Amino acid sequence: MEILQLLISGISQGCVYGMIALGFVLIYKATEMVNFAQGDLMMFGAFISFTFLNLLGWPFIPGVLATLGLMAALGVLIERVLLRPMIGEPPFAVLMLTIGLGFMLRALAGAIWGNKPRALATPFSGGVIRFGELVIGYENLAIVAGTAILCGLIFLFFRYTRLGIAMQAASQNQLAAFYVGIPVKRIFALVWGLSAIIAATAGILVAPVSLIDPLMGSVGIKAFAAAIVGGFGSLPGALLGGLIVGIAEQFAGLYLPAGFADTSAYLILLLMLFVRPEGIFATLQRKKV
Amino acid sequence: MDALLELQNVETYYGPIMAIRGVSLKVFPQQIVSVLGANGAGKTTVLKTISGAMDPRKGSVRFGGDAITARDPDQVARLGIAHVPEGREVFPFLSVDENLRMGAFTRRDSGVRGDLDLVYDYFPSLAGQRKLAAGFLSGGQQQMLAIGRALMLRPKLMLLDEPSLGLSPRLVHEIAEIIQRLNTEQKVTMLLVEQNAKMALEISHFGYVMEVGRVVMQDSCERLKSATDIQEFYLGMKDEGVRGRRRWKVRKTWR
Repeated sequence: MEILQLLISGISQGCVYGMIALGFVLIYKATEMVNFAQGDLMMFGAFISFTFLNLLGWPFIPGVLATLGLMAALGVLIERVLLRPMIGEPPFAVLMLTIGLGFMLRALAGAIWGNKPRALATPFSGGVIRFGELVIGYENLAIVAGTAILCGLIFLFFRYTRLGIAMQAASQNQLAAFYVGIPVKRIFALVWGLSAIIAATAGILVAPVSLIDPLMGSVGIKAFAAAIVGGFGSLPGALLGGLIVGIAEQFAGLYLPAGFADTSAYLILLLMLFVRPEGIFATLQRKKV
Repeated sequence: MDALLELQNVETYYGPIMAIRGVSLKVFPQQIVSVLGANGAGKTTVLKTISGAMDPRKGSVRFGGDAITARDPDQVARLGIAHVPEGREVFPFLSVDENLRMGAFTRRDSGVRGDLDLVYDYFPSLAGQRKLAAGFLSGGQQQMLAIGRALMLRPKLMLLDEPSLGLSPRLVHEIAEIIQRLNTEQKVTMLLVEQNAKMALEISHFGYVMEVGRVVMQDSCERLKSATDIQEFYLGMKDEGVRGRRRWKVRKTWR
């Protein structure tokens, strides 16, 4: 029973990691840049939803939709203003830029909303379901359900819409995408918007469990490890990597000495790099140089 | 008749290296024009400069009377120039069907479905593989897919970069035939870059010969075929000479 309980909280935590990892992988696949501000985008999304839902008192659904819309716009803006001028610069410079962006978002959030942790009140806050000894919080159910719905929508988007297929095309062969008339630069901006939406969703779902504060984005590093475990460049891999890290963390917290919970993600990463450096779902084809 | 495509004194650089040194050429509607030359002559750079993948430092590119110099490649594609790049750049993880549909990305009209059938008519070997990821196709099929994808744009002008590269002689023949058929049946103007001079001269109307970034010869393909320089250096015919041996001292007339 204890194991089941841990498994459930591990899965819900893992879903959050998985969603952030998804954002990492999306941007990496499309633009070959790693966005280290992904966790901070999640934090920012959580604060914006806090503003709409709690400070302005909007109903839940419109508040969430407004948050997602605003975050998508922020993602597009970041790409347009900060990253597009970096095309052709070395990857190292871009990486530093995204790390700096993370610092800026944290400072900005601290300046706007203060550094005090805040709790987000949502319709699914507080309630629990009991199955005998098993206790499942509504928040945890909401995380799992939200992740499943989001992943389903992303899958349908990439599989069946013209824009989704064009995004895949642009990430598989940028030059050919240009030649068939896909506006690759605009696609990049949209990819940023999409991954900001995913980050915001993760933020809204995790906020009722862990409080919102400007430093909550630091889970982004664990999610980054999860993305590598899953095989950087694979969307299902990112989700699976997140689940593995989340579950391992819960078990390490109970069965291993103190401190192992927080380092378990990196231990798994280290192990993975020894055993199978390309990750669980390695992308089939190596990039032609 | 006005030229559909006109390059004037185009100079394009790779960093400090001048890849093409003042190239001027014209392509008239419904012609097949080929650009011949050895490795490093700058043929591919000419195509890249036209489609906007590279920007020229000097000179102008005009398409249908409008200047398209240094536009982004996706905008150039929207004007009706389809570039089939060297080395059959397909989208490896998308299916054949999706690859072709991406070729029609810029189009909003209802003719896309009909054109899909048209492409499968021209390339029956692709028709059986619609759902297969393009990365699993053979080299020849990938080349056909790349040409088919370009056709989906309903282009006014198709830029073909070494379509025969790495293909068996039988496939080269097949591709050449398709290019000719697309030109006569679909009224697509072609600018063809080739190292396979024999094949290119066979199917095109007008030819340019490039060496180290310059156009050194231009003439109708009928006359190019009979020019001694072309015969010797590009078609590999040998001049027996008076003494029954090859004369090694002959130099190209443009040197």
